[in-house]
Amino acid sequence: MDSLQTYLFISAILFSLGLYGVITRRNGIAVLMGVELILNSANINFIAFARFGGMNLSGQVFALFVIIMAAAEAAVALAIIINIFNNLQTVNIDEAQQLKL
Amino acid sequence: MLINYALAILFLPLLSFIILILAGKRLPRQGDWVAIGSVLITLVLSLAMFGSMLLSHDPGFSHEASIDWMDLGAFRIEMGFLIDNITIVMLLVVALISTMTHVFSIKYMEGDIRYSRYYAYLGLFTFSMNGIVLANNLFSLYICWELVGVSSYLLIGHWFEKDSAADASKKAFLTNRVGDIGLFIGVMLIFTALGTFNYGEIFQGVAQGDIAGTLLTLAGIGLFIGAIGKSAQFPLHIWLPDAMEGPTPVSALMHAATMVAAGVFLSVRLFPIFTPEALLFIAYVGGFTAIFAATIAITQNDIKKVLAYSTISQLGYMILAVGTGAYIAGFFHLVTHAMFKACLFYGSGSVIHAMHHALHKKHDHDIDPQDMRNMGGFKSKMPVTYWTMVVAALAISGVPLFSGFLSKDAILAGTLAFGTHHPQHFLLPIFGFGAALITAFYMFRLIFMTFHNEPKLPELYDDIHESPKEMTFPLVLLSTLSIFIFYTLPYFNPLSDHGWFMELVKAKDSMVPGNPSAYEIAEETHHSHTATIILSVLVAALGIFLSWSVYLKKRISADAWAEKLTPYYNLSLNKYFFDENYDKYLYQPLLRLAERISFIDWDLYDKYFINGFGHVTKWLSFLTGRTDYDGLDQTIVDGIGRSMSKAGSSLKEVQTGRLQNYMLFALFGVVIIVIFQSF
Repeated sequence: MDSLQTYLFISAILFSLGLYGVITRRNGIAVLMGVELILNSANINFIAFARFGGMNLSGQVFALFVIIMAAAEAAVALAIIINIFNNLQTVNIDEAQQLKL
Repeated sequence: MLINYALAILFLPLLSFIILILAGKRLPRQGDWVAIGSVLITLVLSLAMFGSMLLSHDPGFSHEASIDWMDLGAFRIEMGFLIDNITIVMLLVVALISTMTHVFSIKYMEGDIRYSRYYAYLGLFTFSMNGIVLANNLFSLYICWELVGVSSYLLIGHWFEKDSAADASKKAFLTNRVGDIGLFIGVMLIFTALGTFNYGEIFQGVAQGDIAGTLLTLAGIGLFIGAIGKSAQFPLHIWLPDAMEGPTPVSALMHAATMVAAGVFLSVRLFPIFTPEALLFIAYVGGFTAIFAATIAITQNDIKKVLAYSTISQLGYMILAVGTGAYIAGFFHLVTHAMFKACLFYGSGSVIHAMHHALHKKHDHDIDPQDMRNMGGFKSKMPVTYWTMVVAALAISGVPLFSGFLSKDAILAGTLAFGTHHPQHFLLPIFGFGAALITAFYMFRLIFMTFHNEPKLPELYDDIHESPKEMTFPLVLLSTLSIFIFYTLPYFNPLSDHGWFMELVKAKDSMVPGNPSAYEIAEETHHSHTATIILSVLVAALGIFLSWSVYLKKRISADAWAEKLTPYYNLSLNKYFFDENYDKYLYQPLLRLAERISFIDWDLYDKYFINGFGHVTKWLSFLTGRTDYDGLDQTIVDGIGRSMSKAGSSLKEVQTGRLQNYMLFALFGVVIIVIFQSF
């Protein structure tokens, strides 16, 4: 069980789930959650390659950067969605079509 | 310096023409002072050139200058001046008569509705005539030759409201065209053979035999046919009498003194290239015209018609002189004739002017002011006109002490010498002396009918007055110039033409091998000189005596003789029915031919062939149109457009504006790439 393929397999499933969520969800928050899944699948890849690839700690460091970036992205994206909700009374991203009000 | 003078003489009248035609009516006095001023300057310049010619006294003087007008490699056309003594004398004649005409016209044309245009055309004529005189090649000569024809057309048709004037101008122009075709053929024959238009080079080419025999004869006759047209020789003489429809000063300038002399001038210029055969042709045309026109002049009653036929006859004399080799005598006669014939025309203009005013006062517009049968007894009323016309008539009749005697005598001597040398051509001297006899007769018939006897219309007689000074001045000047002394200075022998003219204007040798040299011709002429003097004085005296006894003393009744010779009288009165016969045998058949041809052209060729082509083309274009529109346009040109538009409208569905859709497409793309990668 303790092999690279396992981690990659899990990461691929996670990525696919995230992608599916991003593509299919109408709810903006759900889309953001899908993005979170994609990012984390990448993190798993980084760490797995770092662990089995015989590299030093750069994989882990990269994963940390990704977590930080994901936090920042979530903050900005959530702020946008709150603004959308304030203006349109919905978080359905299909409704947000206008470039200006 | 000479060239500058020549340039000024040539272009000043043209300048006056341009000014007058553009702004004539807005100038004070309708701008006649522009025309008179310009022509006066040319007269002064011509006199200056003439003076320098007399002072330098060089018979062989010749000066040539030219510029390239067109250079197309093998085909080079020059424009240039040839100034020799002939040119200078001719320039003076043109400038003098032209100035006199301008002055005479001030009163004669007073109040005319196209006064400024009249002066403009006179300027155009003077320009083109000077162009002919100055030209050093056949090409420039041809241009000016046509320009002279145009100005003649414009001036004959000056009163174009009258049908007769409009017809006469057309007749003059078209008849001249016939001659011009001959001139053109002659020029082109020479150009194709020698490759040059320049007189000097042509003479050289003829001397070297580059063109000879029949071709040279034909070229010479072609060139001479141009002279036949312009100088109104038989059989193209018919336009000149009709040209009298123009204003009388114009008749004096163009149809007596200068323009009609252009043909003689051309023959004189080109004398060295005429072959013996061509010269014989020229001599017979000239001699026949001289006597033929004289016999018509006897019976004419219109004062200007008499003078017109007299002009034709005198031009025939000049041509005869060229033909017999005494061509300098012909040129001499051209100069003296210009003076006394212009004087006679001004005199007739003065008489017509007086008649016109008298008739105008009586409000009579039916009586013809030009008919001599309505005149008579004007001698005491118009003394200046009378005496000047008598002097001119004596000159033209060849009476000693007058210029006409000298020149006519020179011609007759040349003809007589030619006749004695070639007895088979005995007719030529008979033509010459016969015409001299008839000339003396009809000129004095004119004088007696107009100025002597009882007035035919007494009611008009009191209103006949001498013409104003502007009109009598040219008369006096020109009749003075008809006295022998102006041509024989520094000698005073009235019986010999020996003088500055014969010393300065020398005959050139003919360039055609076999023709007698100028010296031989002069020698032969000299031998027959005495006989000629006696004969010509005799015939002139006989002519005047006959006229005197018929028309003044009435010893012989003209009517009785006309009765006796009715057929001949009618022939002469009707000008040998030339116009009628030309109409019957030339114009009408030509018109009928033209009708036939136009029938073939319009009704057959046009209708079936040209229009048939039209139908075929229409049908073809209909076919191609269908192919093009329905086939090509609809399927390929428009079809591509339409399919593009269809594809676009279906493809635009893809652009939903939904981010998630795009992402899905991107995913498909990635999947496809991965699939391709894995193979």
